[in-house]
Formats: sequence, C-alpha cells, structure tokens
Amino acid sequence: MTEAAVPLPVLRPPGPLARRLAALWQHAWPVLLVVAIGLLAWYAGAVALNAPQVSERLDGIGDPWGLPELAQGAWAMERPVLPAPHQVALNWWASVFETEITSPRSLVHHAGVTLTATLLGFALGMALGVTLAIGVVHNAVLDRALLPWIIASQTIPILAIAPMVVVVLGSLGYPPLVSKAVISMYLCFFPVAIGMVKGLRSPDPLQRDLMRTYSASGAQTLWKLRLPAALPFLFASAKVAIATSLVGAIVGELPTGAQAGLGARLLSGSYFGQTIQIWSALFMAALLGVALVAAVGLVERLTMRFMGGRA
Amino acid sequence: MNLAMLLALLTALWFALSWLARLPPGRGREWLAPALFGAGVIGLWEFVVVAWDVPSILLPAPSAVAAALGARWHVLWPDFLQTATGVLAGYLVGCGSGFAVALAADRFGLLKRGLLPLANLAGAVPIVGIAPIMVMWFGFDWQSKAAVAAVVTFFPMLVNTLAGLATVDAMHRDLMRTYAAGHTATLAKLRLPGALPFIFNALKINSTLALIAAIVAEFFGSPIVGLGFRISAEVARMNVDIVWAAITIAALAGSAFYGLVAVLERSLTFWHPSFRK
Repeated sequence: MTEAAVPLPVLRPPGPLARRLAALWQHAWPVLLVVAIGLLAWYAGAVALNAPQVSERLDGIGDPWGLPELAQGAWAMERPVLPAPHQVALNWWASVFETEITSPRSLVHHAGVTLTATLLGFALGMALGVTLAIGVVHNAVLDRALLPWIIASQTIPILAIAPMVVVVLGSLGYPPLVSKAVISMYLCFFPVAIGMVKGLRSPDPLQRDLMRTYSASGAQTLWKLRLPAALPFLFASAKVAIATSLVGAIVGELPTGAQAGLGARLLSGSYFGQTIQIWSALFMAALLGVALVAAVGLVERLTMRFMGGRA
Repeated sequence: MNLAMLLALLTALWFALSWLARLPPGRGREWLAPALFGAGVIGLWEFVVVAWDVPSILLPAPSAVAAALGARWHVLWPDFLQTATGVLAGYLVGCGSGFAVALAADRFGLLKRGLLPLANLAGAVPIVGIAPIMVMWFGFDWQSKAAVAAVVTFFPMLVNTLAGLATVDAMHRDLMRTYAAGHTATLAKLRLPGALPFIFNALKINSTLALIAAIVAEFFGSPIVGLGFRISAEVARMNVDIVWAAITIAALAGSAFYGLVAVLERSLTFWHPSFRK
C-alpha cells in the first residue's frame, strides 16, 4: 500500500517577533480583561448613580421610558454624578488636542505647570536627600542624632504643611512655582535619603577593605565604590519620590485659589460641579504619574547598561 | 551678639552630640542622641525666632505653638476626633478590602495576573486627586474622607499581601502537601503567617497614607471641623501658630498610629528574623 501524498500542514516554528508578541499577549490579556470588566462596571455605575436625576427629567417630559432611554440619558449628562468613560475620554481629547496650548482650558498647559513644579521639586529633593545621606554615612553624629528623625518623619503626614508653605512663601512674594516645588522637595527627600543611606552602606566590608589597601581617601571611596553601589537603591527611591513629588505639586496647587495646574483644575471642577473636567484632569494626572515613573525607569535601565550592570 | 550666641549654642550642641555618639552602645544611646538633637533643634528655633524677632506669620516660636495648642485645645480636640474617624474608617475598609481581594486574586490566578500590573501602576498615580469626587458623592462629613482613605490604602495592601503570599518556601509547601492539607489549611497555617511581615509593611505604610488622604480631602470641603479644615482655614486668617499646633497634632497622631501598628507587628511576628534576638 502506498502512502497517499497528503500534503501535511507546514508547521513553522514561530519567529522571534511572533514569540515575543505571544508572550506579551499572555501577560496582557488578563489585564485587558480586568480593564474591560472595570469599564463595564463603570458604565453600569454611571447609570445607577445618575438614574435619580435622569428619571426625574424623563418623567418631566411625560413620554413612557425604559432602561435604554435611562442609560442614554445617564451617559450624556452635562454634570453627571459619575460621567461615562467615553465622556471623560472625549473631554480629555478635546482639552489636550483640540485646544490651544496657551488657553486656560488646555490640559496640556495645566499639566505643564504641574510638571514643572514636580520636576523642580524632585531635583531639589534628590539633591537634598543625597547630600543628607552622604552626611549621615560619613558622620557619626548625624547618623545617631539625625537619622532616627528622618525615619520617624516617614510616619507623619507632611503634606499637611502644604497650605502653610504656599501662603507663607506667597506672602513673601515668591511665585507659586517655588512654593509647590518646596512642598514636593519636602515630600521626596525622605525616601531618597533613607534609600541612599541604605545604598551607600551596601558595599560589603571586603570591598571597603580593598579600597583601604589602595589607600583610597574617603572621597575616592565615596566616588568609586559607595556611589556606584548605591545607584540601584537611588533609582528605587527615585521612583517613589517622583510619584510623591507629583502628589505634592498637585496638593500645593489647591490653596492658591485655583490659578493653574492639575490641582487647580480639580479644585475649580469641584467648585463648579464640572465632574467631567475633574475626571479628565485626574486621568491626565494618572498619565503624568505613570509617564514620570516610566521615565525614571528608563534612565535607570540606561544607566545600568552604561555601567555594565545586568539590569 | 545674637550671631555669636547662636554659634556658641550650635557648637555646644554639636559637641554634646558627638560625645553622645561615642558612648558605648546600649544604655539609652539609641534614643539619647536623637532626643537631644530634637530638643536642640526646638531650642535653636526658639532662640532664632526671639533673637531676630522673626514675624510670627513666617515662623512662630515653639513656645507660641505650645501656647496655641493649650489655648485652642477645645477646638483642636474635636478637629482631631473628626479627622481620626474618617482615617480609621477608611483605613479599616481599605486594608480589609485590599486583603480580601488579595486572597481572591491568590485563589484565582487569572484575577491575579489581571490585577497585579494595574495595582502596581496605581503606585505611580496621585490617587488623592479623587478627593473632590468623593466629597461630591459622600458629602462634607467624615464619610468622604474615609472613602478617599479607603481607595488610597487599598492598593498597597493588595500588592503587599500578594507579594507576601508568594514568598512561601517550596519545602514548606511540600510539607503541607504531605500532611494532605488543602488550599484553606495551607493558607491559614502556612502562607498567611508567612505573609504577615508584608501585610504589616502595608499596614504601616497605610497608616500614614490614610492620614494624608483624609487631611487632603478636608482641603476640598468639610464641615467646620477637622485638622485639614483647621489648617486651611487658619492659614487663610494668618493664624500660623494655630496651624502649627494642628500640624503638631497630626504629626503626633501619625506617629502614634504607626507606633501602634508596629507594636502589634512585634507581638504577632515575633518569630521573624528581624525581631529575633
């Protein structure tokens, strides 16, 4: 019996790109599923929360109405209790891409104001935190007397001082940018200082002894051993710090009476009941936070590659 | 003259501290130096304010803050109670639901793979921004503050509990299997106790986060009571000494809350290497 020449389906091994896409999909689909369920719940929630107002209006019209009319009305209100996701997305799109950047209605403008304060505060906080950590590592007095206070200060709600900083610095004639940056600096120097102390102490005694056999000075040991060893710790703290710096900048915009910035956008939205505006500012803040942390992560990866690390 | 005295005080403080730092370990060295440092900072602060006549709007002297604390205690105490109610309610709801969702996500792998990346992302997002929405939904009273605190504390609890549950040693898990222990028994007797250090880490982080969330939410609207309200209201009236008094209360409350959780941790995870003598 001869084998019939049935053409077998050709099974090629997947290429590297296909394999990576498949791996990505493996990770992504549960997340997308959760996001989809969340969006569905959001739409349902929008109907439930807006129902009282919408049904009142529909009753006023007098025509008989059912669930479709209710949902339609609930997802298209001007000042909903909970706006539907597409309303937020449309508002976000309109205020980001379809508004002049110079206009006070532009979210890009407000995000830029907040971003400037965040970055300035982050830079100041990093500088202060690293300086303090170097002091703590090299000086027994600072180590024994100051470090416990830095650690304890993690337990207090420092953000409470925000209104005072804004008003006091404002009455001294400083622009809002400075007071917001000061708040951000205040918030982010604690995680940086603590992470850096840990990092600067991470080289083991063997390595420090080696530096000593080279008769390296304190500065050389710091520069060539301690600082490089502390970098992974620094980046881990920097990711926390930049996120808190953003929170500080946003909260710092609240007491100034809502002039510019994402926090001001939130505040004016809450004054005038513009819920869609609040949600789209929130969405912008979330995007900004994720982008900032991702940017720090990118710098971390580039630095580590430059230094020949494995990360 | 003042400058010379300031320099003299600074030098004295520095020498006292370096003497304390060189003491042999034990016998209170751990807290003597920080205590002296704290007292020194407060003393210098008082001295600078009095000697240079710093306007109290800029920086009130510690004695003025203490006086305000005493004189306005009848106002500040209800403020504290108001804020504490929101903080505690939100903390319990947020930590509880974070824990419950973590258990569910641990049971169903799909949920975990879907939720964990999002929960990690939440760490980068300024969640306190939901405060104005919560104030609209739940009103000016403590319920809206509790809602913000609950959302803020939810994600750290979820992430930390999941991380803790994932730390189980393969050997221990195998041992439980030889006992024919099911999912629930393994969870209750092995994995949850093993996750306790992580859970307490979240509880400690959240104690501060909840307080911040409630105070920030009070900036967006509150009845005429509450620490956050007091701070923003008295700042507007330039009564900076009362503001500092309110901040002092918030700081003490935060440290006490954190300390309480830490004491609880010590009594429940006494077996953990970091506490073993």
